[in-house]
Amino acid sequence: MRRSWWKILCVILLLYTFIGGFLMDVPRLPALSETIRNLYFHVCMWFCMMILFTVSVVYAIRYLRSNKLTDDIYSRQFAAVGIVFGVLGYATGTIWMSYTWADPNNSSFQSFGAVAREPKLIGAAIALLIYFAYMVLRDSISDIDKRARITAVYNVFAYALLFPTIWIIPRILPSLHPGGENGNPALDTNDIDNRMRLVFYPAVIGWTLLGVWITSLKIRLSLLKEKRLL
Amino acid sequence: MRKIKYLSALIISLLLTLINYAQTDTAEMADTMRSNGRIYVVVAVVVLILSGLLLYLVRLDKKITRIEKNKS
Repeated sequence: MRRSWWKILCVILLLYTFIGGFLMDVPRLPALSETIRNLYFHVCMWFCMMILFTVSVVYAIRYLRSNKLTDDIYSRQFAAVGIVFGVLGYATGTIWMSYTWADPNNSSFQSFGAVAREPKLIGAAIALLIYFAYMVLRDSISDIDKRARITAVYNVFAYALLFPTIWIIPRILPSLHPGGENGNPALDTNDIDNRMRLVFYPAVIGWTLLGVWITSLKIRLSLLKEKRLL
Repeated sequence: MRKIKYLSALIISLLLTLINYAQTDTAEMADTMRSNGRIYVVVAVVVLILSGLLLYLVRLDKKITRIEKNKS
């Protein structure tokens, strides 16, 4: 395990996130109550996904410039782990919203209707589906160089589509999700409590390092597998 | 790798002292794990799961490193 200090940092930050995230003080808010602590987990999934997709598109562009298959492998693995984190973010969001947005006086189906119209959810679903299509596209092309080139270009498109689907459109439309119409929720200095920032920022770094760690393992494994080709 | 071993041993021993502390300190009934809506139980469970997953990751990392060394 060479150069492993960041892995240790990841372990420490995640342990801190889990202990501090449950035990430290949080603001008392109506409807949210203790679920506010999901900020350390649910939101971090999306941060991590965004960072991994960014690294993925950087490697895609590097591949297009260099034509080296290693860059293609890097790009693919970062996108794959980014998808995992995106799905986790989506799934955790589903649980969180069904206990905070759903109207207790409404029958479940009707309040589901209100929730299903949520622009943030639809946008995130579209963004994830675009990345699913990236994986499908990869596996449907058997020629290695062609696959690398086409999917690198597609990766750039997919990344570009992340911005309207999860950053812009949910900001324009009225939404139950924090940060609809009025700015960026987690990073806004007026929106997030100081006590929560103490755990939130280390949590983002810890989760991101975890994502990078998993990705690095996947990359090393597939570099071993593809050794004959490289 | 040795660093990781020391670190995990340290963390586990810290956790163990926490548990021991809670059990031996019966005179004052200040057992952390039972107080305060028992949130500490949840923390213990979650931290255990997290450390299990992380140890798994460390083991995978070691394994891949070994394969890399053998190949080259």
